[in-house]
Amino acid sequence: MVSYLRTRLLGMVLTVLIVLVFVFFIARLAPGDPAELLLGPDASAADAEALRERMGLNLPVPVQFLSFLGQLLRGDLGTSIFYRQPVLEVMAARAEPTILLTLMSLAIAVTIALPIGIYGAYRRGGAFDQGAVAVAMLAAALPNFWVGLLLQKYLGTDLGWFPVSGYGNPDASIWERVQHLVLPSIALGFAQSAIILRFSRASMLDVLGDDYIRTARSKGISERRVVLRHALRNALIPIVTVIGLSFALLISGAVITERVFNLPGVGSLIVGAVLRRDYPLIQAALIVVAALYILVNFLIDMIYLAIDPRVKY
Amino acid sequence: MHTSSPPLAPPTLEVTALQTSFIYKRFSVKAVRDVSLRLERGKTLALVGESGSGKSVAALSLMGLLPPAGRIVGGQAVYRQADGTTHDLARLQRRQMRRLSGPDLAMIFQEPMTSLNPLLTVGDQIVEMLLTHERLSREAARKRTLDILRLVEIPAAERRIDDYPHQMSGGMRQRIVIAMALVCNPALLIADEPTTALDVTIQAQILDLMRRLQAELGMSILFITHDLGVVAEIAHQVAVMYAGEVVEQAEVGQLFSSPAHPYTQGLLSSIPHAMRKNPEEGRRARLNPIPGSVPPIHALPEGCTFRPRCPHSEQRCTLPVTLETAGPGHRTRCWKWEAVQWSTRH
Repeated sequence: MVSYLRTRLLGMVLTVLIVLVFVFFIARLAPGDPAELLLGPDASAADAEALRERMGLNLPVPVQFLSFLGQLLRGDLGTSIFYRQPVLEVMAARAEPTILLTLMSLAIAVTIALPIGIYGAYRRGGAFDQGAVAVAMLAAALPNFWVGLLLQKYLGTDLGWFPVSGYGNPDASIWERVQHLVLPSIALGFAQSAIILRFSRASMLDVLGDDYIRTARSKGISERRVVLRHALRNALIPIVTVIGLSFALLISGAVITERVFNLPGVGSLIVGAVLRRDYPLIQAALIVVAALYILVNFLIDMIYLAIDPRVKY
Repeated sequence: MHTSSPPLAPPTLEVTALQTSFIYKRFSVKAVRDVSLRLERGKTLALVGESGSGKSVAALSLMGLLPPAGRIVGGQAVYRQADGTTHDLARLQRRQMRRLSGPDLAMIFQEPMTSLNPLLTVGDQIVEMLLTHERLSREAARKRTLDILRLVEIPAAERRIDDYPHQMSGGMRQRIVIAMALVCNPALLIADEPTTALDVTIQAQILDLMRRLQAELGMSILFITHDLGVVAEIAHQVAVMYAGEVVEQAEVGQLFSSPAHPYTQGLLSSIPHAMRKNPEEGRRARLNPIPGSVPPIHALPEGCTFRPRCPHSEQRCTLPVTLETAGPGHRTRCWKWEAVQWSTRH
């Protein structure tokens, strides 16, 4: 177990490093120049050149990369070109809405999808099951920005149940901020729930046909117990995998959803940073996202360990 | 359909003309077309047949464990409790069936490798059975579980009770399945090919174990198998199934010495004779397989289903055949059974 964790940790660090290399070079492959964008169209070529020199952008890209690595080893992810603050500070200030949005939409997706998937599988081919599958297909096909717009119109503007956009005043209470996140979370969670529903249904169907389910029934235990104690735990293994994978989709979905709902989160921060060619910020943000994703995958493997006694590391 | 000399005690299980179909949207399949069985208290009845003959479906019908498409469409299966109360298993509500499953009826399945839940310890799976049917504390249930594990000869039971199925061999797992089936002391045990997936030495151990447990606990066993060698070892009575019907039922000695159905006769003569007294003879003797193969369920011949493969068949065999009595407790679905018996003897 200890040696597994050691190898695993090494692998995770390596993955982050690879991501880092890609992010660094791809950001610089894109056309556009942060100095010119920062100074505006009226600035002279000489001013731009001077700024580039000050930011170290006139050096050859490999040299820039080495100095970036050097910084990184000292724990410094750099300073944002646009905000002129350390990138970690910039991101920390924007982290809360993104974290809450991701968690809330995941919670919504799982709460909708898991019971429906399980019940649908249990009553396979029935009206409920067929309806659920049809709705899930539709949900998966709808782009979440469009669902977001519909929610804004009907639940936000027409019914006035939830705030339409934004994140409230800076000094708003957490309750108020959470209310601002309800519609974006539904928009984001909806499509996720479609995927999780189809997987939990399929996984449950699979497990319900297994021999040990028949054995459990032969013991005269209640159907509820057969499904929840014997079938569900076995079905959870693939479901947990999908939930983990869909976490990645949630992060990328958050970028779009934050734009639609005008949330000051990491997603909109990344979009802004890309448009402004704010290299340090792009790099830092993507590294953090990649690290999060890797961490979630690691957590899922740990969950397997808890669910399935056959899994040994 | 009465035997000529009815036994004194009423049977534990009496199945009459049981029919089970699989009903799908566009078509249905009659897997069990006519099964009649009689299982005496404390005895073992072997239900024999090739794969696809419907023996497993018949067993699942009795336990109420048919897959969603399966339905009992006719007949009765009267189970008689020790106090004389009868239940028609073919018509039981789920709730009633659940109450009987465990303390009255229990089942052992064919595939020991997959019939235990991989995520629960074997102890938990047996304890669950006990706690469902008996008012027991957890500790008492665990103690009973240990007792039953020792009874089925699990070595180091107090350690193995907390093992997961994947930590055990196939033979051990089958013992666990047997222990689980027996822990509530069922009056009727249905064993669906319990030794088929095991190698021969383990098979012998398990059969021996079942025989001893039957003597100790006094249960009736419906033993499903395709292996006539196993039948000779464990059964008191034998019922032979062909294409969804019981074609012959007799006492085991009677069936082996004078089969009254050509299919049974064919089965017996296709057993390799390695065990014959003179090994030379066994080696030289050729096997006599039954010509042809089992007809598919959707294209059964009219009249006797065995007719196309039968050496005795004639025009009259295209008419429906009923069960004939060929001796005390001996029934056959062949009107030419006397000729068949005569041909075995000569």
